[in-house]
Amino acid sequence: MRIWHGITGFVIRRLLLGVVTLFIASVIIFAATQALPGDAARSILGRGATPESLANLREQLGLNEPVVEQYLDWIGGVLSGDLGTSLASSLPVTEVIGDRIVYSAFLMLLAAAISVPLGILLGAVSARRRDSVFDQTTSILTLGLAALPEFVVGITLAVLFATTVFEWFPAVAVTEPGVGPWNYPMELILPVATLVIAVVPYTARIMRASMVEVLESDYVEMARLKGMPERLVLWRHAVPNGLAPTFQVTALNLAYLAGGIVVVEAVFNYPGIGLGLVEAVAARDMPVVQAIALLIAALYVLLNLLADLATILVSPRLRTSLR
Amino acid sequence: MTEFTADAAAAETLGARPGRAPWRVLVGATWRQGRTKVGVAITLAIVAIAVIGPFFAPYSPTEFVAPPFSSPSSDVWFGADNLGRDVLSRFLWGGRSVLVLSGLATLFGFVIGAIVGLVAAYSRGKLDDLLMRTMDVVLAFPQIVFALILAATVGPKLWLLVVAVALTTVPRVARVARGAAVEVVERDFVRAADAIGVPRWRILFGEVLPNVTGPLVVEASLRLSFNIAVIAGLSFLGFGLQPPSADWGLMINENKNGLTIQPWPVVLPVIAIGLLTIGTSLIGDGFARASSGIERGGGERG
Amino acid sequence: MTLPFALSVENLGVELEGVAVDIVDDVTFQVAPGEVLGLVGESGSGKTTVGLAVLGHTRRGARIARGKVRVEGADILALPTHARQRVRGRLVTYVPQDPASALNPALRIGRQLDETLSEHGFGTAAERRERVVEALGEVLLPSGSDFLRRYPHQLSGGQQQRVALAMAFANRPRVIVLDEPTTGLDVTTQAHVLETVRDLCAAHGVAAVYVSHDLAVVATLANRVAVMYGGRVVEVGQTGVLFHAAAHPYTRRLVEAIPELSGAHALVGIPGTAPRPGQRPQGCYFAPRCAYAQDECLASFPPVAAVGSGHEVRCFRHAAVLAESVAARPAASARPAIEVADALVAVQGVNASHGERQVLFDVGLVVRPGECVALVGESGSGKTTLARCIAGLHADYAGEIAFRGTALQPGSRSRDAELRRTIQYVFQSPYSSLNPRKTIGQIIGQPLRLFFGAGGADGRRRAVEALERVQLGPSVLDRYPHQLSGGERQRAAIARSLVAEPQLLVCDEVTSALDVSVQAAIVDVLAELQRELRIGLLFVTHNLALIRTISQEVAVMSEGRIVEQGLVDIVLDDPQAAYTRKLLSDTPSLEAALAAAG
Repeated sequence: MRIWHGITGFVIRRLLLGVVTLFIASVIIFAATQALPGDAARSILGRGATPESLANLREQLGLNEPVVEQYLDWIGGVLSGDLGTSLASSLPVTEVIGDRIVYSAFLMLLAAAISVPLGILLGAVSARRRDSVFDQTTSILTLGLAALPEFVVGITLAVLFATTVFEWFPAVAVTEPGVGPWNYPMELILPVATLVIAVVPYTARIMRASMVEVLESDYVEMARLKGMPERLVLWRHAVPNGLAPTFQVTALNLAYLAGGIVVVEAVFNYPGIGLGLVEAVAARDMPVVQAIALLIAALYVLLNLLADLATILVSPRLRTSLR
Repeated sequence: MTEFTADAAAAETLGARPGRAPWRVLVGATWRQGRTKVGVAITLAIVAIAVIGPFFAPYSPTEFVAPPFSSPSSDVWFGADNLGRDVLSRFLWGGRSVLVLSGLATLFGFVIGAIVGLVAAYSRGKLDDLLMRTMDVVLAFPQIVFALILAATVGPKLWLLVVAVALTTVPRVARVARGAAVEVVERDFVRAADAIGVPRWRILFGEVLPNVTGPLVVEASLRLSFNIAVIAGLSFLGFGLQPPSADWGLMINENKNGLTIQPWPVVLPVIAIGLLTIGTSLIGDGFARASSGIERGGGERG
Repeated sequence: MTLPFALSVENLGVELEGVAVDIVDDVTFQVAPGEVLGLVGESGSGKTTVGLAVLGHTRRGARIARGKVRVEGADILALPTHARQRVRGRLVTYVPQDPASALNPALRIGRQLDETLSEHGFGTAAERRERVVEALGEVLLPSGSDFLRRYPHQLSGGQQQRVALAMAFANRPRVIVLDEPTTGLDVTTQAHVLETVRDLCAAHGVAAVYVSHDLAVVATLANRVAVMYGGRVVEVGQTGVLFHAAAHPYTRRLVEAIPELSGAHALVGIPGTAPRPGQRPQGCYFAPRCAYAQDECLASFPPVAAVGSGHEVRCFRHAAVLAESVAARPAASARPAIEVADALVAVQGVNASHGERQVLFDVGLVVRPGECVALVGESGSGKTTLARCIAGLHADYAGEIAFRGTALQPGSRSRDAELRRTIQYVFQSPYSSLNPRKTIGQIIGQPLRLFFGAGGADGRRRAVEALERVQLGPSVLDRYPHQLSGGERQRAAIARSLVAEPQLLVCDEVTSALDVSVQAAIVDVLAELQRELRIGLLFVTHNLALIRTISQEVAVMSEGRIVEQGLVDIVLDDPQAAYTRKLLSDTPSLEAALAAAG
């Protein structure tokens, strides 16, 4: 079959793989939240629940049906845009998380827009000036910062700039429903800064490692032996070969942000899906938990797909081998 | 850079004497890195606080000793927390849980992950595909999200924390183990062992494993750092240890609203957790630098 | 003013950065326009370091500490960085060892050729295009835009090397450094590349430094030869003089270690190993391995002595060396005659595949006890696959391989332990076949335990015995592979096979990763095993010159088929297949080259 060959074939195969991954992820989510041994209704309502309320909840969650049917109901709903009804607010889940998605997406994009270029730049310059004072300093700083948990960074920033030492920024984001996150620039600064500090060291270190490898390669040595000026050696000979790893790094980076926002939003009380997940878990609001978990998994799959495509596009060897 | 060159020269002068076991060489070279010593010092200090701290606690961690959010005084050195308990005592008691839980989760996750990665690399073909695709699915969830999903159903149980964090550690370790081993299983000494019929498990653990210890040790310390962050983070979100336990993550959770009036119950655990993760990752970086130095020095050809 | 030399290297010294350990030292030589100087040496001799230093470049961790590199009179080491850049790639160019990794995978061939010109200010785009076409024509490559738009990975190994040559000659340099440019090419391609190099250097009056470990290649190409040992040039002279009447003991031993197609003499290796940087002895570096060494040799490094026109040597004992006739080379000892015996292993109608690609076609072969069969062919001919099918390392085949009359199962794991023991395999590279994390004792102990349950004192005794057979002492038992030299490692690998007490030993290119001076010792060891233990040998090699020394029979493989087989002397003296004749004529030979040079 022709469509299995070439770049289209590659894209199709990757897409299918992504769909399969996502399907299994959805099974895991479902199994973990609804089909685990034990009574989901009881664990939601707690020990003090009356038999009637338990029966009602079981009916509402469809717990009386066979497990496979429950799953098909749920996934069928997801595919047709119906994520179910929030147990806590009795609103459709789409409505509960709709605004939150906008808030989180804005936060993540802002953090990514700053941290990806910054991390790549730091990594590339460190590799170029390997073992210089700049490199050594960056190395120690990124090592230390990469190790710090987000809530440690977030709270430290809050202590330093929002509460105890200086009071420049608000420590918690107080927002009104229906108002876009871009209306709260001051509230955004600390969460964005926390995410940037969490992600930049990571990106910079991977970028440095891959650029060091490229700069040590035979073809870079050959370019120098051909008398190419350093500027050209770097930009024409080294960077194009360092790009492919960069895309992978960026995808990893953004996927990592998806986990980072959970903690960061909790620290700053920022009303995105991360905080939404924490609140839903605390309230045992299963439909919301399921929806957010699936959303995060889908984001991961999508990012990896994009990274693979970008890698193919910048690597002649891969590109031509697909013809 | 000079340290690699010097190492290479040193490695070459070993020639005349019987060899030192490779793991000794690795540990020795790791210890010679300045950052390792700093990392070990920091980590030991925090571990010491967690382990023997409770013996020095002036009060019980659950005893009410002062009005809530009291400032530091000569009786309560770091003041009182949101319920009026002694901050210092709760701090000294609160490190054990993080250490034990993250240590256990890392241990389980690491061992299973390493086995999965090695088996995948050695078997290649369908089993490799199956194992690694499965790992990919688990990777689709950030560690903390996965733990939260489980916590939503089962509730905040300690064993669950360990299981959730261990489960999410597995694919990350497996990837690294497979990546390192894929290149090793292609080498001729593995073929040589295959040809004379050495049992497969022995090839895996006797021939392949010793050649991937470098990356695995580095990954183990990296995972420990991250798992400390996840475990403490879950406590901080309220899904780890439950009140009235003394736990660093929980202390931050309980007291963050009083940050402006009484920062100590937040600041002390934040510093401790931060230092702990920095310490363990410094040790890991020491291992990473040492093993890449040995690789360079050891491969003396041409 | 015309200078007699296009390139003049004076007292060049390169050291490890920071620790001041010499990699090369006191290197002096000159090359005239149109002349090819062969810079020969074994691994670790510093020849590549010198080659790169001619362009004012060092690898990371090294630096040029002293000396001058004059190109057309001007010292390029004295130039500031940007001026040096303008010299590199224009006046002095470089041809890399491995073009597959030296050509940028992300850039098209045309772009990489063009920038060599444009960055050195060569004319307009049209003029550059014209020169690129010309340069590609000179190396016999097409120059259509279709070709220029290709990426390096879309070319064959030979084409890649030709592109690198075109790049090096495009700017019409005065000096060109070629760093083992034919390593990894098969002999036919190698012969073509060498011819191209010779023609271009002569046509454009370029001074060439040809860095190589292969004396036969150097003899066919170079006008003069400089021999390096331990980071110094120990002898320099006209090619013919140097190889016929070398004045340095090392050069002589090196020549004696080279196998010849005619098989007229025994291979004699050099005992011991070359000293590494930082471990070089006081006095002459070769003294510890030298039969001529006296007290003065241990005291200081010998000065340069002129022993003839343009022939210089650094040896106190050169007079004694020269006094000895070169003709006194020991003749090859007779190989054991083939006995009439039942086949040890018989291969019949074997077809094998790698995935979907078939690599062996209807192959047949017989090895008898105590006999050595050489399996020769170029890379990709399928010879290693055949060897691996026999040893059970490649299971994807159909047809019959019988051992002492019983058909073998494909794949070692489906054979019983007794068969796995009697058929042993020695791998090409001892750098990859010995686990770096285990001691030699542990490595040799593994088959002992597995096949005989022999551990403890018994195991040790057997291990020591096997080590003695390969001329290694018991002290290596406690060593790790990285503490041994390449030759020692390969002997340890053979010892690992011997403890299994095999009847058939399959040797896959066992000398090709080793220096020539070490190769002879391995060949010796194998011949002795064959004689004394009556082990059958299947000796896989691409080196035709070796086979007369070691084997009784030969099978020549090409593209997955055996094109000719028979007794070694008959096949080599009177080859029937066209392929064998081609292979024989393309194989560089020291003897033939010297005979041609007169």
